[in-house]
Amino acid sequence: MLFPDLIRLTTSSFLAYRMRSFLTGLGIAIGITAVILLTSIGEGLHQFVLAEFSQFGTNLISIQPGKTQTQGGNVGIFGSVKTISIEDAQALRRLPNVEYADPSVSGNAEVRFNGKTRRTMVIGGGHDLPRVMASLVQTGSFLPDEDPTQARALVVLGSKVRQELFAGQNPLGSYLRIGGQRYRVIGVMEAKGQMLGFDLDDTVYIPAARALELFNRPGLMEIHLSYKSGADLQSVLRSITTLLIDRHGREDFTLVPQEKALEVLGSVLDVITFAVGALGGISLLVGGVGILTIMTMAVTERTAEIGLLRALGARESQVLTLFLGEAMLLSALGGLAGLALGVGIAQGLHLFIPALPVHTPWLFAVLAELSAISIGLAAGVMPARRAARLDPVEALRTE
Amino acid sequence: MIQFENVSRSFMVGGQEVAALRDINLSIAAGDYVSIMGPSGSGKSTLLNLIGLLDRPSSGIYKLDGGNVTALNDEQQARVRSEKIGFVFQSFHLVPRLTAAMNIELPLILAGIPVPERRMRVAQLLQNYGLTDRADHRPDQLSGGQRQRVAIARATSMHPSVLLADEPTGNLDQTTGREVINLLEQLTEQNVTLILVTHDPAIGGRAKRQLHMVDGQIVSKTET
Repeated sequence: MLFPDLIRLTTSSFLAYRMRSFLTGLGIAIGITAVILLTSIGEGLHQFVLAEFSQFGTNLISIQPGKTQTQGGNVGIFGSVKTISIEDAQALRRLPNVEYADPSVSGNAEVRFNGKTRRTMVIGGGHDLPRVMASLVQTGSFLPDEDPTQARALVVLGSKVRQELFAGQNPLGSYLRIGGQRYRVIGVMEAKGQMLGFDLDDTVYIPAARALELFNRPGLMEIHLSYKSGADLQSVLRSITTLLIDRHGREDFTLVPQEKALEVLGSVLDVITFAVGALGGISLLVGGVGILTIMTMAVTERTAEIGLLRALGARESQVLTLFLGEAMLLSALGGLAGLALGVGIAQGLHLFIPALPVHTPWLFAVLAELSAISIGLAAGVMPARRAARLDPVEALRTE
Repeated sequence: MIQFENVSRSFMVGGQEVAALRDINLSIAAGDYVSIMGPSGSGKSTLLNLIGLLDRPSSGIYKLDGGNVTALNDEQQARVRSEKIGFVFQSFHLVPRLTAAMNIELPLILAGIPVPERRMRVAQLLQNYGLTDRADHRPDQLSGGQRQRVAIARATSMHPSVLLADEPTGNLDQTTGREVINLLEQLTEQNVTLILVTHDPAIGGRAKRQLHMVDGQIVSKTET
């Protein structure tokens, strides 16, 4: 039997029972729609979250105080965690392949100007903080690159703080009070928007040393370190470790490369996408049961025809192929309809709710169609084998 | 060319063995015109199914064109059916959703005959059986006589050497039945072996050889 004939014969039975074929295909279509829709949203979310994090660059290493020990428990009297200092950041900056190492400490404080008070986030950092945050200065300048231990009382405002406290006025050169101390405004940042619920514009930036004083902290919360792109991450990590152990006498810090963090995050999000896809897969299975039902009926109804085919010289394998072909045609067409429907609904949702990120990778579409066809194949095997094994004499006798 | 040596066929019915054919010895030459007559249950159809390789004997040997076909496996038997045997049934057995032309084409499709040759053969058959203007009609749009003509065209599309007809006129009125018999008889002139099962003596009597069956045995052979 030639392949075009197989198509012709299977389509003929498909067309002979239009309504039934349509409904059976619909079962698969709904399954594929669910899979595509759910994975599109999952994948959209995945990309959205990763983009949020990787906007700061991927060749970042975060240095945090304290070492995660597998044994747990308090270090107690045997030693104390030495905090990470601004001097550490300065030393790290001189390492080869390091672009910058910016100290960071943050908290909330009251900011007052001209009788108005606002409680905002205060971030203590260094000159390179805008590069860490991937944000730009709108007017004025950012904190100067000066000896951080002798930091002057200067402040840079987030765009929202500027609007709330200085509506309409030029804030540059004005003095405001943060936690009771006077700071001179030297710049305003461009609007940055929200990230994972934090309003990055409702922030003021002051030198790290000042922030340590303000929050009464012994050491930094974090050092943001950026290494030159192209440099080997492992060797950078090694040189950081060596330097800090040298300075602290022990490994009481943790290095978190952004790359690794993104990898972990990415795999978590992959699992979520897979899980929602599997949920959709359940409806695909139900569609497969529909095909099984309809093909079993078809074999019973067309018993005489199967007997005839055998009498005309059809081999068992040809009868098998014909019925498997029908099952696969049903599922393949249903799958295609489901793909169109799924992508259509996903894009439609995105159109009406722009905040909902959707993305349908080609690979998902191809995999979904392939799984539809394999479900058709699996569902068709049992009825098709029954058809192939019918006794021709018995089959011909049925009317 | 068809040779039965001590062929028996029995079925298990309700745990009891029932003999449908007992020890049949039969030899039919190429181009013969044979009718098989007898009351229902006498084993006519079982004999025809055995000749057509749709069924296997419980014992005995069936030789077709000198070769022992009982020894063939299912796939080989399917090939023999495809190449050498044509069937015509009482109830036509046309595929309802396919056109007349495609019904005729079906054995050629299953045998994997290339498209150009298939087209030629189908067109020729449609013409031979006066069905050219009915080519695109489906079976339910055809009369009984036309349906049986489609079935005969289909049975001959692979140029079989044996044509097996099981009560081919059973569902037709007398005039149409006579026409169908004429068409089948014409085939014997082209050296096709025609084996016809009927219980109508008027039709069976036209055959050169007539076999009468009772209770699974051939009780008389008439040669005319």
